[in-house]
Amino acid sequence: MSDRLAVRKTYKLYLNGAFPRSESGRTYEVTDARGGFLANAAQASRKDARDAVVAARAAFGTWSGATAYNRGQVLYRVAEVMEGRHAQFCEEVAAGEGLSSSRARAAVDAAIDRWVWYAGWTDKLGAVLGGANPVAGAYFDFSLPEPTGVVAVLAPQRSSLLGLVSVLAPVLAGGNTAVVVTSRARPLPAVTLGEVLATSDLPGGVVNLLTGDAGELGPWLAEHDDVDAVDLAGAPADRAMELERLAAGSIKRVVRPPAEEPDWSADPGLGRLTPFLETKTVWHPMGL
Amino acid sequence: MTNPFQYAPAPESRSIVDVAPSHGLFVDGEFVDGTGTPFKTVNPATEEVLSEIACASDADVDRAVKAARRAFTRTWGPMRPADRGKYLFRIARLLQERAREFAVLESLDNGKPIRESRDVDVPLAAAHFFYHAGWADKLDWAGLGPGPRPLGVAGQVIPWNFPLLMLAWKVAPALATGNTVVLKPAETTPLTALLFAEVCRQADLPPGVVNIVTGAGETGRAVVEHADVDKVAFTGSTEVGRSIARAVAGTRKRLTLELGGKAANIVFDDAPVDQAVEGIVQGIFSNQGHVCCAGSRLLVQENVHDEVIASLQRRIGTLRLGDPLDKNTDIGAINSAEQLARIRELVDVGEAEGAHRWQPACELPDRGFWFPPTVFTEVSPAHRIARDEVFGPVLSVLTFRTPDEAVAKANNTTYGLSAGVWTEKGSRILAVTDRLRAGVVWANTFNKFDPTSPFGGYKQSGYGREGGRQGLAAYLEGAQ
Amino acid sequence: MTHVLDPGAPAAAVPPRREPPAPYRDVTRSDAAFRAFLHGLPGVDQVGAEARTAVLATRSIKTTAKAWAIDTAISMIDLTTLEGADTPGKVRSLAAKARRPDPTDPTCPPVAAVCVYGDLAGVAREALSGTGINVAAVATAFPSGRASRAVKLADVRDAVANGADEIDMVIDRGAFLAGRHRDVYDEIVAVREACGDAHLKVILETGELVTLDNVRRASWLAMLAGGDFIKTSTGKISPAATLPVCLVMMEAVRDFRAATGRQVGVKPAGGIRTTKDAIRHLVLVNEVAGPDWLTPDWFRIGASSLLNDLLLQRQKLHTGHYSGPDHVSVD
Repeated sequence: MSDRLAVRKTYKLYLNGAFPRSESGRTYEVTDARGGFLANAAQASRKDARDAVVAARAAFGTWSGATAYNRGQVLYRVAEVMEGRHAQFCEEVAAGEGLSSSRARAAVDAAIDRWVWYAGWTDKLGAVLGGANPVAGAYFDFSLPEPTGVVAVLAPQRSSLLGLVSVLAPVLAGGNTAVVVTSRARPLPAVTLGEVLATSDLPGGVVNLLTGDAGELGPWLAEHDDVDAVDLAGAPADRAMELERLAAGSIKRVVRPPAEEPDWSADPGLGRLTPFLETKTVWHPMGL
Repeated sequence: MTNPFQYAPAPESRSIVDVAPSHGLFVDGEFVDGTGTPFKTVNPATEEVLSEIACASDADVDRAVKAARRAFTRTWGPMRPADRGKYLFRIARLLQERAREFAVLESLDNGKPIRESRDVDVPLAAAHFFYHAGWADKLDWAGLGPGPRPLGVAGQVIPWNFPLLMLAWKVAPALATGNTVVLKPAETTPLTALLFAEVCRQADLPPGVVNIVTGAGETGRAVVEHADVDKVAFTGSTEVGRSIARAVAGTRKRLTLELGGKAANIVFDDAPVDQAVEGIVQGIFSNQGHVCCAGSRLLVQENVHDEVIASLQRRIGTLRLGDPLDKNTDIGAINSAEQLARIRELVDVGEAEGAHRWQPACELPDRGFWFPPTVFTEVSPAHRIARDEVFGPVLSVLTFRTPDEAVAKANNTTYGLSAGVWTEKGSRILAVTDRLRAGVVWANTFNKFDPTSPFGGYKQSGYGREGGRQGLAAYLEGAQ
Repeated sequence: MTHVLDPGAPAAAVPPRREPPAPYRDVTRSDAAFRAFLHGLPGVDQVGAEARTAVLATRSIKTTAKAWAIDTAISMIDLTTLEGADTPGKVRSLAAKARRPDPTDPTCPPVAAVCVYGDLAGVAREALSGTGINVAAVATAFPSGRASRAVKLADVRDAVANGADEIDMVIDRGAFLAGRHRDVYDEIVAVREACGDAHLKVILETGELVTLDNVRRASWLAMLAGGDFIKTSTGKISPAATLPVCLVMMEAVRDFRAATGRQVGVKPAGGIRTTKDAIRHLVLVNEVAGPDWLTPDWFRIGASSLLNDLLLQRQKLHTGHYSGPDHVSVD
């Protein structure tokens, strides 16, 4: 062991492409699976959540308006940068989730691979989910998937990287922007992912990562009129119904939490892409 | 000069329908009494009572759900998909056979012109069954993921503006995907749903596959909140949609909502103006404006505002308002006294806010519920008549100067169901269409529907789609 | 009889360009200006136009309205024979029918005009003298219009000299489709001059113009050049008069009057064979341009067999039972 004194990082939020502290000034202690001190993380407040929604809304036009090819390139680039941080992710996942280094590596591998998988979806969704509709009349009629808008994601509490990627990447692949409340107890891989995103080509505001408490921030996001959808994956079990009720106020699309946090290594299918896609149908007459 | 060409009355014969003085519920293949307090359904054009309708109580709804569950478990669920399809084909054919009867009954109960019920509602309803019949044994090919399975019992609540058509939009995909149904028609328009129940019997549809429970909001609530309902589908107001979303929160029930709208109909200065005027008229005055996707906000480019409005007013002057059963009627009756009151209230608000109201010289019948076609000009985006859904024959006219402004104003609403774009420039159509946040965009046309074409909203206009391949997903387990 | 076709005669002097009405003075300045104007007219969406006429075609015209419509349609007919086999005898027989369409019923109105080739205009004139029924003659190398300007103008003068009250000319579709709008315009102006007091109907031959955009442009061109009527077709090309074409032409005359104050008539011709067809056209006139056009002065129907169907329907209304072809006269 080196006797060098470690330089400790100060963990912050990732908001609108920058790394601010919580406006509340609050922080909380992050420990490893055995209770050993890891770091202090910023504890996001409702005002941080509000700012994040503003940033995500502002970024939506650019991100959703980019070509699908371009979104795929940007997302793939994220995977490349993640690969460069592979060792750091492994260390954080192992510490936070209490995994052996080989299981942590497997989780990080799966997370990066999943990100690549979703990166490849951007320019296929139109063909797979849309199409021409043979209407009975002299009209050309087609349907295309479009992003829902600003999605609030309560990330899984246990799977700190693979779970996070599994809920965030599909939101982005569809062209949405995201406000993510990370795992409260295991936020470090999310913080690192924020650094990855900041050093990729992802425009600021497309992803906003709030470390903190889903139970505290969830209601503000679920009730926010400018949030179009919520993924309740990491919502506290006893709060999910309340959050869904709040989301009903502005007719949000809601992905309910599973009864138990699932094994995120399973094939995800399209189940987390389609809830955040709208179908737009366009008619035009065909005449001379 | 008085017009020498006065169209003589050309009423469609009422004799084809025989409205029973009272109607029961349709549960488990039988017409049964309801245990709630019966209510009356009236002809909104005359206020004549058409029939007394049974009201389903919680217990009646429970019986209907149990019947649907039994049918799902024992007959409809296990049935060969091809046979399910054949039942739907039968129903489609019977709707075509009895089309005139359905059309007359719809116009009597709803107040809509016979021309529309005859040429739009009923043929489209039959087409929906025909289309979905073919899906029943092809779901593996729908591209909705491997091994799609039905959800079980679908509880469906539909509105009064297109009673039979909305029934078809709900029932046809539910049955094609192997689900059974408990459907609640709107309180003011139950008759065609009950005639549809007869069609189910005529088709020998197994008992319990389709159950129809009539009643008001309480009956709808009982359907939505019943613990053994797997899927809730609702078309109606955003306000009720919100309460339904709250009611199913925390349950396993799947939910699709088709709610209100405040569609922008954008007319650029290079539009095919005569067709645009037709599209505006069709968009807001067909079905008395009782259309969730109605083009209720006309956004017209400022440099053609005056000529478009002049053309529009001239065209509105030729609309024929009156007896819904007259084959030459363009505008029928407002569906209910309540709806008429709401329209009047919002029109009063529009005037109070300073918008300019215009109505053609138009004689309204003495009895029944009527409202003349109405155009508000000088409307600002801040006015309530530019924001609230009127659900009546009331058009709000706003102007814009550039495509950016048009898109910004069009999207400046909590709704996102539909929109219209009128321009002869192809690239502009595609660019504007791309930027409109609405589930259906009609370019150089308006209010077109087809069973192959998915319909549904963005934002607070709801979620889920009806029609097309996409519409099947709402009724399938594991559909992606 | 004047003989205007003298190959040795000097070419007719080109008449001075007639100014189009305000506010369109400048549009005939050049082909480019003309094109800019005609192509600046609002486009016509074919599907939308067809949908509009399909809805209008569902109007149910019954009892008193039907009786009025049948008599009005009869009074609007340009009873037409345009066959190579036409003879004075055939024309006289047609004229007799024009005067008394239903010999058994004196309340049946006469038709508006008898329409023949120019060489038979004199026969028609004589057979119709004192009836108030006009003689219409097709001219300008009808139906193709493929002849030199001099020949066309001579054709017109000949027909007028033979007693035609109305001239049905054809436009040069080739020139129109090639973008030589000024040529088409000048020719109409020249024919207009040659007509003298005769009314000029300008046949667009919409079946050869193909698109409804072209129908609108050609309608405006003909109206700017001074045509009294715009007419769909020669009857020699299919499709002839269709409801969408008539819709676009009714919109054109409506808009032209709004812009210039001058009313122009419309004549669909060819393909209108049944009472139902005729009534659908009247409904269209009524609801698109308005009742001002619901008289023979402003709306004509070019037809031959239509008249008998109208008469059969008329008899049915009066007697309450159906009739058959032997109860109306053969043409």
